[in-house]
Amino acid sequence: MASDMASSTFPWLTLSIFVPIVAGLLVLVLGRDDKPGFTRVLALVGSIAGFLVTLPLYMGFNTQTAAMQFEEKASWIESLSVNYHLGIDGISLWFVLLTAFITIIVVLAGWQVITKRVAQYMAAFLILSGLMVGVFAALDGLLFYIFFEATLIPMYLIIGVWGGPNRVYAAFKFFLYTLLGSLLTLIAFIYLWNASGGSFDIQTWHKLPLAFEPQVLIFLALFAAFAVKVPMWPVHTWLPDAHVEAPTGGSVVLAAIMLKLGAYGFLRFSLPIAPDASHSLAGLMIALSLIAVIYIGLVAIIQEDMKKLVAYSSVAHMGFVTLGFFLFNTAGLEGAIVQMVSHGFVSGAMFLCIGVLYDRMHTRRIADYGGVVNVMPRFVTFFVLFSLANSGLPATSGFVGEFTVIMGAVEYNFWIGLLTATALILGAAYSLWMLKRVAFGDIQNEEVRSMPDLSSREFFILSVMALLVLYMGLHPKPFTDVMHVSVEALLQHVSISKL
Amino acid sequence: MPNPFDFALALPEILLLVFAVGVLLIDAFSGTANRRTTFGLTLLSLAVLTAVSLWQWSEGVQGSTFHGLYVADSLSHFLKITSYIAVAVTLLYGRAYAEQRDMLGNGGEFYTLALFALLGQMVMISANNLLSVYLGLELMSLALYALVAVRRDHLPAVESAMKYFVLGSLASGVMLYGVSMLYGASGTLDLSLMAQAIEAGQINGLAMAFGVVFVVAGLAFKLGAVPFHMWVPDVYQGAPTAVTLVVAAAPKLAAFAMILRVLIDGLNGLALEWQPMLLIMAVLSLVIGNLTAIMQTNFKRMLAYSTISHTGFVLLGLLAGVVEGQAAVNEQAYGAAMFYMVIYVLTTLATFGLILLLSAKGFECDKISDLKGLNQRNPVLAGVVLLSMFSLAGIPPLAGFYAKLAVLQALIEAGYLWIAVVAVMMSLIGAFYYLRVVKVVYFDEPEGEVRPLAMGILPSGVLSLNGLLLLVLGILPGGLMALCIQAIQQSLGF
Repeated sequence: MASDMASSTFPWLTLSIFVPIVAGLLVLVLGRDDKPGFTRVLALVGSIAGFLVTLPLYMGFNTQTAAMQFEEKASWIESLSVNYHLGIDGISLWFVLLTAFITIIVVLAGWQVITKRVAQYMAAFLILSGLMVGVFAALDGLLFYIFFEATLIPMYLIIGVWGGPNRVYAAFKFFLYTLLGSLLTLIAFIYLWNASGGSFDIQTWHKLPLAFEPQVLIFLALFAAFAVKVPMWPVHTWLPDAHVEAPTGGSVVLAAIMLKLGAYGFLRFSLPIAPDASHSLAGLMIALSLIAVIYIGLVAIIQEDMKKLVAYSSVAHMGFVTLGFFLFNTAGLEGAIVQMVSHGFVSGAMFLCIGVLYDRMHTRRIADYGGVVNVMPRFVTFFVLFSLANSGLPATSGFVGEFTVIMGAVEYNFWIGLLTATALILGAAYSLWMLKRVAFGDIQNEEVRSMPDLSSREFFILSVMALLVLYMGLHPKPFTDVMHVSVEALLQHVSISKL
Repeated sequence: MPNPFDFALALPEILLLVFAVGVLLIDAFSGTANRRTTFGLTLLSLAVLTAVSLWQWSEGVQGSTFHGLYVADSLSHFLKITSYIAVAVTLLYGRAYAEQRDMLGNGGEFYTLALFALLGQMVMISANNLLSVYLGLELMSLALYALVAVRRDHLPAVESAMKYFVLGSLASGVMLYGVSMLYGASGTLDLSLMAQAIEAGQINGLAMAFGVVFVVAGLAFKLGAVPFHMWVPDVYQGAPTAVTLVVAAAPKLAAFAMILRVLIDGLNGLALEWQPMLLIMAVLSLVIGNLTAIMQTNFKRMLAYSTISHTGFVLLGLLAGVVEGQAAVNEQAYGAAMFYMVIYVLTTLATFGLILLLSAKGFECDKISDLKGLNQRNPVLAGVVLLSMFSLAGIPPLAGFYAKLAVLQALIEAGYLWIAVVAVMMSLIGAFYYLRVVKVVYFDEPEGEVRPLAMGILPSGVLSLNGLLLLVLGILPGGLMALCIQAIQQSLGF
């Protein structure tokens, strides 16, 4: 058995999940709000340790196989036949690393800004990080569900405790919206458990023959959870609220990783388990994705609140991702996954930039700014770079994913490709127009004049993000190499009917 | 032929009776104002009982005695041990509360009545005859009626005691009427013989069906399922909180055992009669319990409606067990329902324990808004609220999730896919009011004059453990789940 062999290797995945969680618990127990400095350092050490244990996953990764790697399997709840079964392939590897990396950024981003209940804040993010790694690493359906759902608890608290004025509404909307979808998914999982003769194993489900009607029902039940999480139009309305009210760190995690949980769910569950339903409902999915890309892109243009604008642009960018999934060709799927990683960096960086401004002025309204470049030239350099990346400029990571998806779309159908390509125009419109109104022109607001430029901590965070965005834009090969074999295997699997 | 009078089997009940009478006497002659001795002896008795039942369980003691009136099996051992612990924890949480409200000054009834109620529950758990079921039920109920009224000068408590008594007696009467019909039709009160008579098919089906309707109504009242739920909110809210917990926690286990033995062991052959009734009551309980809970501002009343909704889930687990001839499905389903009940009792202990600990002299912490900003006053207790609310809402990785999962699994396996969908939709609504409590504790700032929280080390330590257990059982539920299924297997003989 391959799994027996793999289980004798060092449990890096377990460490990737539990190092941050244990670090979070330690911060919770040892951290004192009257000694915030110590708490912050402890959290930083924990997040760095959490990132370091994910590195062996990349270094030891075999790019030549689509099989699961670093597999671990142990019986967990025998009466329900649930296993503690972990493993990653080329699709999930990047998200494990991305999650652990973003956590460091988030801890740093909250360094001076969060002064209230520091220990609980840092602990929430560390625990959340471990749970999200768990989502990407789980190969057991129930284990996946547990991690997927458990992420709601820390995020609910992050939005509700450290959020803006309307935080209670946003936290409830976030929680209940997501729960609605995932409860239906739970039903689908139990149905699959029943149909497969009592197994929660995802790879068993992939091979499970299913008639067309159950496939459609399962697809729709899974769609309920993943579409809300992505979020796809028309169930995206929780995202602008959650983003606007969440503290900067919360917005970064939401945009960079949490949205990917839903997209990842499509890849790991919907497509391989219900391939026939996926094919027959692809038209609907593509239509919804195009609406997200075009309509939400237009909505983003007219936003007056910076965070809301970036939130809507996230919805539009994730529209690209779901579009790529349902084209069923290599370019579409690989482009979509690259877009997911890239969006993690770019949208995270955009929220960090807005956080920098917000910490100084305590307003997110675009109209309150103007001429920021005169007082914060270093900041505006970064802001320009990330805005351009957000609009998909070549040589930034945003370009690679979008361009590949557009290629896939043209390959699928010229007119769909044409409609998709309009997103580049819309992206440029909302990103650059916001940039112009915030950064350039004359200083309208006297308070802007007294804004200090980036601190060294902020400079460090933004330059790391900038390097990654540029690196991925100039040299995307390492990213695509890792996923190529797994993507081909997935497409191969999806092309075979289960009927 | 087994010995018809094997007293050793009923050792826990006999010991408890002796202890209860002993505690009563010692209390009458040497009771101090704070009933320290009574309290200590009560806990000691419960500890001895736990040891005895554990010993019986590990020795595999089982069998029936007193001409089939009484059975001892692993189900009864397990539920009894859980009940002892629940009662002990209840009394521990409630001690300071009872002392501050002058519930101990006039005598130690609070403790002795709790012991007698426990005795009733134990009889219910071990009853294998409709007569002993009824005896246990009445013993428990009478003790509980009196307990609710133990604060004699407190008007709401007396009022709810009255309501509880009148409605409870009515339900007992209805149930007894049903029992008499069953007796008339089958010629026996013994549950095993009744099952045989039904299987043989020589009975008057109409009379049996009528009897079942009345018996189910009586059982539903004791469990608090819609439409027999009216007493639950009033009693939960009106009774002194320490007593509310006595009513809300351990008796649920006994009621569960009673339903299991009467409906599934005794009247299994009439499943077609009672299964639709349970289904309707379960769905109604889920809908009415959850929808009404949203509107409550009183924490205890909200928890009462939440109890009703959880009863619905337990009933779903029970009715999912009946699929013709598939024993494997059955034990999973009943095990799921039992697991649900145990987890529910554990969570109830945590939530009411919290109310008890937060209440102080002259201050009842019974409105949801009384919890405002608890996180800033005591993060540990706030953590207990967090864990128990998310457990009640069924969010993983807390124990409540597995309870729901196991029941849903049993339902889908039995073919009730759409009922399962209704059940999860209702738990979505339920999540809203549990989240609201978390919101009050974490998001809101403390209001007005913040009184310092003074509480004993022991109760607050146990409460923290209680909360932690919800998380631990959520991460490692396998052991408890296996125990439940095993107990069901051995007792119902699948």
